[in-house]
Amino acid sequence: MKRLIAPTAAILATALAAMFAAGLTGQQAMAQEASARFGAKDAPEIRLRSTTDLDVLGPAIAAFVAQHPDWAVQFDQWGSNLLYDQTLLECIAESGPKADAVISSAVHQMVDLVNRGCAGTYRSDRTAALSPSLQWRDEVWGITREAAVMIYNRAGVPEADVPHTRFALLDLLRPEASPYRGRVSTYDIEQSGLGYLFAYADSLEASTFGALMESFARTGAVATCCSSEIIESVASGDMLIAYNILGSYAQSHADPRVGIVWPEDYTLVLSRGFLLPKGSAQAEGGALLLDFLLSGQGQRVMAQSGLVATLDDTEGSNTEALVPAGALRPIRIEPTLLVARDAEKRARFLARWREVFAR
Amino acid sequence: MSAPLSAPQRSLAARVATGVLGLLAAGGVIVAIAAFAYGRQAAREAYDRLLLGAAGDIAETVSIIDGAPSVDLPVSAFQLLALAPQDRIAYAVRGSDGGLITGYTLDLPQAAHSATQASFTDGWFGAERARFVTLPRRFAERDFSGTIRVTVGQTLRARNAMALDLTRDALIALTVAGVAMVLLASLVIAQAMRPLARLAEGLEARDPYDLTPMDDHVPTEAAVMVSAMNGFMRRLDRQFDAMRNLISDTAHQLRTPVAALRVQAELIAEEPDADKRGVMIERLLKRSRGLGTLLDQMLSRALVMHRTESAPRHIVDLRDVALDVIEETDLDLLSQEFSRDSDVKLVIGDTPVCVRADALMLGEAAKNLLINAFKHGAPPLRVGAELRGAQAVLWVEDGGQGLPEAVRGQIGARFTRTAASRGDSAGLGLSIVQAVARAFDGDVQFDQTPTGFRASLTLPAALSPALAEAVALGRSPTRGDTA
Repeated sequence: MKRLIAPTAAILATALAAMFAAGLTGQQAMAQEASARFGAKDAPEIRLRSTTDLDVLGPAIAAFVAQHPDWAVQFDQWGSNLLYDQTLLECIAESGPKADAVISSAVHQMVDLVNRGCAGTYRSDRTAALSPSLQWRDEVWGITREAAVMIYNRAGVPEADVPHTRFALLDLLRPEASPYRGRVSTYDIEQSGLGYLFAYADSLEASTFGALMESFARTGAVATCCSSEIIESVASGDMLIAYNILGSYAQSHADPRVGIVWPEDYTLVLSRGFLLPKGSAQAEGGALLLDFLLSGQGQRVMAQSGLVATLDDTEGSNTEALVPAGALRPIRIEPTLLVARDAEKRARFLARWREVFAR
Repeated sequence: MSAPLSAPQRSLAARVATGVLGLLAAGGVIVAIAAFAYGRQAAREAYDRLLLGAAGDIAETVSIIDGAPSVDLPVSAFQLLALAPQDRIAYAVRGSDGGLITGYTLDLPQAAHSATQASFTDGWFGAERARFVTLPRRFAERDFSGTIRVTVGQTLRARNAMALDLTRDALIALTVAGVAMVLLASLVIAQAMRPLARLAEGLEARDPYDLTPMDDHVPTEAAVMVSAMNGFMRRLDRQFDAMRNLISDTAHQLRTPVAALRVQAELIAEEPDADKRGVMIERLLKRSRGLGTLLDQMLSRALVMHRTESAPRHIVDLRDVALDVIEETDLDLLSQEFSRDSDVKLVIGDTPVCVRADALMLGEAAKNLLINAFKHGAPPLRVGAELRGAQAVLWVEDGGQGLPEAVRGQIGARFTRTAASRGDSAGLGLSIVQAVARAFDGDVQFDQTPTGFRASLTLPAALSPALAEAVALGRSPTRGDTA
C-alpha cells in the first residue's frame, strides 16, 4: 500500500495557494453553501460558520439577535471538511479575517482544532454547567443533542420490514433477491466529515459495523454527500432506507413520506461542537452567542428544530423517539477523537470504504 | 522592688519564643520547597509513565504492509493520555529515514536518539510547554528493516495541577503541625520559666530583715543565682551579727567600769582628806587605764570580726608580724603598767614563714598574745615565728607557769574571766586570737615548754617548707643541690 500524504496537508497547501492568488473571499464564496445575515445593518457582526443547515439553525440565531439587538450575525453554511480546512488555515495565518464562531457536526475536527491550539478559551456559568463529556479545555463545547437514525420510505417499506436494529437491517439485505438491493443510502464519508465520524464511531462500537459494510458492499449501497440530498431521495422513493442520518434533519424535513427509526441496539448521539477561533475580531460576540445557545431559551429554540432531541423517557413526549435505556451512545468530546483524525487511520478507513462502494 | 531601675532587657521567654518561631519558619520554608520539588517530581514520574504507555501502545500497532511501515492508531493510547483530561496531545510516528508516517506535521522536539530506549524531553507544543517521549521500535523484516520512532507529547496542565495539589496538601499538613508545635512550645517555655517566676515571687514576699537562705530546690541555671544570693545574705547576716554582738558587748562591758569610775569620782569629790584623795585619784587613774585597754581590745575585736568577712587574703610572712608587734606595741607603757621589764626577745630564722591571711588581723592577734604575756606571764618574754611541717606558727612565750588547765579549755569564750585575771580584764584578748585563728583555718595552742609557757597561733603554711627554704636561699627549688 502506498503511504498516503495527510489529506489535510494537501488541501492546506492548495488553499494557501488559493488564498494568495485569489484572496480569501473567492475561496469562501466557493466553499459556502448558503448564507444569511441576521440583525440590524449597523450592528457589529459576528461571523458564524456552521455545517448546520441554515433553516435548521436559523431560528436559534434569529432568537439570539432578538435578544441581543446590538449584535448582528453573518451566518455562512459550509461543508464540514472545507470548514475544518478553512478554520485551520485562518488559525495558521497570523493575520487576516477570521470567523468569530464555528459550529460543526464533525466534532472530531473541532477537537483536532483545539488540539492544534486554534481555539480561544472561554468560561462562564453556562459552560461550567455543561457535562464534562461535552467540553474540552474550555475551548470546545457540545451545544446540541442529535441522534444518528435510520430513515425509510413509508410507502416502499412495509411496516413489518422496518428495521429497528442494525441486525434487522442486515437481515433485510441478506436475501439474494432483496428489494432493498441498491436502494440503501448513507453518507459519503470521504466528503462528509459527519459521515466519517459516524462510521468511525460505529467501527468502535460493535462488530455489526464490519458485517454492515460487507452487506452494503454486496448490495450496492449508495453513498451521498449531504443530508438533505439523502432525505430527498428517500422521500421520493428513489432510495428506500438511509442509514446513519442525523435525526434533526430528518425531523426538520417533516416529510410524511419519511419514517424515522432510532436503532434500538444502540443509537449514536452527537453534540455539535462550538468553537471560538483564537484571536477573532468579535470573540466577545462569539462568546455571547455560545452562552445564548446554551441558555434555556437557546436550547428550547433548537429543540423545536430537532437539534436538541428528547431521546429517553425522562421527558417522554415523543413516544416514538424512545430509545431503550442504555442504548444511547453519546459521542464524547475528548482527545480520543483525535484518533479519528489520524491520517493513517483515515486512509485505512477510506480505503476500506472505497472497496465497499466501488462500483 | 516595684520601681524598675532601668528598662528591662527582652525577657527570656521572648528570646526562646523568637528562636523557636525562627526555627519553625526556616524549617517550614525548607519543607515547603522540598514539598514542591517532590510534588513536581511525583507528577513528572506519574505522567511520564502515561506518555510512555501511550507511546508503547502506538508502537505496538506499527506493522509492515507491502514493505512500508503502517500505523493503526489505537484508541487505547489516547484513552491513556486522556487521563490528563485537559491536556493537548501531540504524536508522530517517523520512519527510519525520519519521514513522517503519521501524526502531527508540527515540529515536535526529537529526543536524543537512542536505538533501544525511550527518551524524554521537554519542549513546546504550539504556544504551550509540553513533555515528549520518543520510543524506538526496531524492525527486521524481509522487506523492511529499520527503526520506527514513536513520539508522543502532552501539555503540562495535569502535571502542574498534580504538583500543586501535592504541594498544597503538604503545606496544609505543615501548617497544622507548625501551629501545634507553636502551642506546645509556648506551653513548654512557660513551664520552663516557672521556677524563675516563683523565685521572684519568693523574693518579693520576703521580709527585708529575713536573711535566712532561700529555697535552693531550683533548676541548675537558677541555682547559681540562688546560691550566690544565699552567700551574699549569709555574709550580710554575719555582719549584722557581729555588729549586734559588738553593740551588746560594748554596752554590757562598759556599763560597769563607767559606773565604777563615776562612783570613785564622786567619792573623790566628797573626800576631805587630801592624802586619801591622792590614793583614790591613783586608783581612779588605774581604773581609767584599764577602761582604755578594754576599749582598745573591744575595737580590736570588732576590727577582727569585720575583716574576717571582708578583708582579702594576702601572702603574709609571720616573721614580719612578729617583728612589727615588737616594734609597734608600746612596750614601755605596758611594762610600766604591769611593772615588768620591757625587754622582749625576737626569735626568727632565715626561712620565710608565709601564710595566706590578713596582716592587720594577724597583727591584732600577735598584739593580744603579747599583752596577755605581759599581763599574766613572767619574764623573759620571747616572740617568734617558725615553720612546723605544713604549719606556720606565730608564738609568744613567757617564763611563767601559764594558764590553769581548767581555763585553757574555755579560752575564746567572751567574758571569760579567770580567777587570776585582774578586775579590768575583759577576757577578750584570747577570744580575738581565737577568732583570727578560726578566720584563717588555724588553731590556738598552749604548751608548757622547758623555758616557760608558750601560746601559739598555728596557721596552714602558704609555702611548703622546702620551697620556703629555697626562697630563703635565693634559688629555685628544682635546681636544688646540683648547683
